[in-house]
Amino acid sequence: MALPELKQSATEARLATLSLPDGGCLEAARAAAVSRVQTLGLPDRRDEYWKYTRPDTLVTADTPSAKVFVSGETPIFDGFDRLKIVFVDGVFDADASDDLSLDGITVERLADVSAKDIHWVKDLYGVLEARGQTPVARPLASLNTAFATDGVVIHVTGKPSKPISLIYKHGDESSDALLHHLIRVETGAEATILENGPAASRFNKVTEIDIADGGTLHHVRAQGRDHERRAATHMFTRLGAESVFKSFTLTVNGVLTRNEQVIELTGDDAVAHVAGACVGDGDFHHDDTVFITHDAVNCESRQVFKKVLRNGATGVFQGKILVKEGAQKTDGYQISQSLLLDDDSQFLAKPELEIYADDVACSHGSTSGAIDEDALFYLRSRGVPHGDATDLLTLSFLAEAVEEIEDEAIAEELVTRLEGWLARRR
Amino acid sequence: MAALDKFEAKEGVDQDTVDAVREISTYKYGWETDIEMEYAPKGVNPDIVRLISGKNEEPEWMTEWRLQAFARWEKLEEPDWAMVTYPKIDFQDQYYYARPKSMEEKPKSLDEVDPKLLATYEKLGIPLKEQMILAGIEGAEDMPAEGRKVAVDAVFDSVSVGTTFQAELKKAGVIFCSISEAIREHPELVKKYLGTVVPVSDNYYATLNSAVFSDGSFVYIPPNTRCPMELSTYFRINAENTGQFERTLIIADKGSYVSYLEGCTAPQRDTAQLHAAVVEIIIEEDAEVKYSTVQNWFPGDEEGKGGIYNFVTKRADCRGDRSKIMWTQVETGSAVTWKYPSCILRGEESQGEFYSIAITNNYQQADTGTKMVHLGKNTKSRIVSKGISAGKAQNTYRGLVSMHPKAKNSRNYTQCDSLLIGSECGAHTVPYIEVKNNSSRVEHEATTSKVDDDQLFYCRQRGMDEEEAVALVVNGFCKEVLQALPMEFAMEAQQLVAISLEGSVG
Repeated sequence: MALPELKQSATEARLATLSLPDGGCLEAARAAAVSRVQTLGLPDRRDEYWKYTRPDTLVTADTPSAKVFVSGETPIFDGFDRLKIVFVDGVFDADASDDLSLDGITVERLADVSAKDIHWVKDLYGVLEARGQTPVARPLASLNTAFATDGVVIHVTGKPSKPISLIYKHGDESSDALLHHLIRVETGAEATILENGPAASRFNKVTEIDIADGGTLHHVRAQGRDHERRAATHMFTRLGAESVFKSFTLTVNGVLTRNEQVIELTGDDAVAHVAGACVGDGDFHHDDTVFITHDAVNCESRQVFKKVLRNGATGVFQGKILVKEGAQKTDGYQISQSLLLDDDSQFLAKPELEIYADDVACSHGSTSGAIDEDALFYLRSRGVPHGDATDLLTLSFLAEAVEEIEDEAIAEELVTRLEGWLARRR
Repeated sequence: MAALDKFEAKEGVDQDTVDAVREISTYKYGWETDIEMEYAPKGVNPDIVRLISGKNEEPEWMTEWRLQAFARWEKLEEPDWAMVTYPKIDFQDQYYYARPKSMEEKPKSLDEVDPKLLATYEKLGIPLKEQMILAGIEGAEDMPAEGRKVAVDAVFDSVSVGTTFQAELKKAGVIFCSISEAIREHPELVKKYLGTVVPVSDNYYATLNSAVFSDGSFVYIPPNTRCPMELSTYFRINAENTGQFERTLIIADKGSYVSYLEGCTAPQRDTAQLHAAVVEIIIEEDAEVKYSTVQNWFPGDEEGKGGIYNFVTKRADCRGDRSKIMWTQVETGSAVTWKYPSCILRGEESQGEFYSIAITNNYQQADTGTKMVHLGKNTKSRIVSKGISAGKAQNTYRGLVSMHPKAKNSRNYTQCDSLLIGSECGAHTVPYIEVKNNSSRVEHEATTSKVDDDQLFYCRQRGMDEEEAVALVVNGFCKEVLQALPMEFAMEAQQLVAISLEGSVG
């Protein structure tokens, strides 16, 4: 089917600004992704899947500029023992990064891998992204597969002693970065991935994650700092039997952030938890879009998303649980809640269930409202000042999401950051 | 169920039992009235629109209104966002107007109506007599006489056959008649309100309806009047290859109250038939409307052949402060349902309620829900939706709750529960929630589960057979909605819940 004229021209204009990197063994995958983009067309405001978030600035041929924010604050996770991998405006910085060798894990640069002819990467690159195009198109991810200029390939074969930390620095006010990472977790292996940093003026990132039977992956991400930045990120995760995937994202600031999580439970007894907390102020726009497919027996999925919004900030949640025929004994849970601190902010949600198996227990809940006056009164009557009481209630509202993080030290670090954010707005 | 027709009772089983079983396991209303009909030529075009308008003896402005709608419809595309699939409808391959020959000369009173038509409604359990008691309702005799009267407007294919209790209603100042009569007799009211809630080009099917609607009901309740009895419209599709397009317009003036019931059935046929209705309700200050539907169009057979495509637009506009609308629907029929009774809560402190049971079995598909658009301050809405899916059916709840920036201190509570019976059916929930101020509170809850084994076991243990047990559990699941129905409907609905699930167990 031919694309509508405007979509066609917008897609062509964007494609014209990009050139295919040297493909090596990924050449075919990149070429296929280009044709996916051409068939699907890049998103525009008429797309149902973009009903609540305007994709214009994520698609335009020109990169919208974003000021680099400089502060004296130590970046998040700085005090942690971790394996640092640094990207500046989407380009790997070897000098700032640690030595990439660590027991139980192999880390390579995408460019180095694609030069080799035989590699497991060849069978994964673009594969999960392509699977994730149905039933809903995610053309920005295909654009990434085709044109990603950098990224890392992480092979988890054991239990590395420290987390792998991906740090995205922003240096150029009009940088347009496309990063593509691949993570494969082998049977019985377990690792933690951390991500943080503003990355670029416009950031398009895809992570494809393949977790073999019995593998475990923890993921914690903090998106913050530069207010004018824009980001569209996709994580495509496939889970084998008895595997575990737990992901948490904290977002503060950012004029436009869309985080898509596409998760497929393909082996029995697998577990996937995705959670997110965001705090937004002013022209902040944050969109969590989650699509979880249950295609095996006795799997569990959990989505917990909390948004605190003020001064006209917008929070979006689109979450879907799809239970395929035969995926019996599914346990699916989803909650999305927003706390609107003033009258100008808005929360837009579309929590969906699509279920084709009868022996399941799926539920979703969504609420929106202001701070509970009774709780506020209770604290005030016990001598807690108004500002402190509001912050306390805000933090306790976010707690349910933060508690999804298993590592207590990491969770504590995030809470500290949230406290700082709230304190600065008093 | 052909097998049952040949069924011979075992010794010791009496014939009444066999008859009872036969009766409840089939679609009761699948028979056809053999009556001479008059059709407009097949297809739809401006000439047909003019013809329908002419048959209803409409004034020029109405014909013009219809023609404009038709011109708009030609430019629109059929929507495809609902989770339903059906073969492409050939809009030119059906009749848009069919009326019994005997209705050519409009009967002046019910006594003049063709006995065959009266017999049809008698058989459906809706006798068109101004009697005190609705037939077939046990226990109704014991109720006070005042509470039992129901005025009925009976629509047969494209025309209204008759309306009962008109004289008595007139005394109270209530106008209850067919819409075609209202266009002739009360043009000022129709002109003022028609198309103000569902605009002509609102959506594909509403636009088609605006062009070709043939009849329907009209209700006007004057200020500070409590309608002395329940009003009801009964829609019957009889003719083959004919679409039914009815239009209902209800106006509740300041401080008035009315309870309105709607029922519908159609004969059993192999080919699908189209039904595209529009219902508009205007509710002024302090007025209240209760609108209840038991939708029991022919759902198609066990192989999914035939049935009604039910594409309906229903909307209530709570214009006045403290106005209230309550939608209650029991959707058990139709092969495909596409229906979202909505509430525009414009007046301050206005209230909208939506209670729904949608049951799908065999190959039925239902995509139904509501829209609660909060525009005024202190508005309240409540949604309780129960979807039950059995056989190979698909059941979707689709809804919108929208809190506009000016709708301060508003409140919404939504609960959608789905129940799955069998491993080949589907149950889906697609809610949209848009909150644009912080003094409003929105809560949404949804669950999907199967019939609880423990509950079934408990019933079975006490001697119920499996189908009875499922029906009981399902009735319990639907309780909140069944309780919102007027008494006459609640009984029928409870029976329907059991019938619709017949054959879905095991």
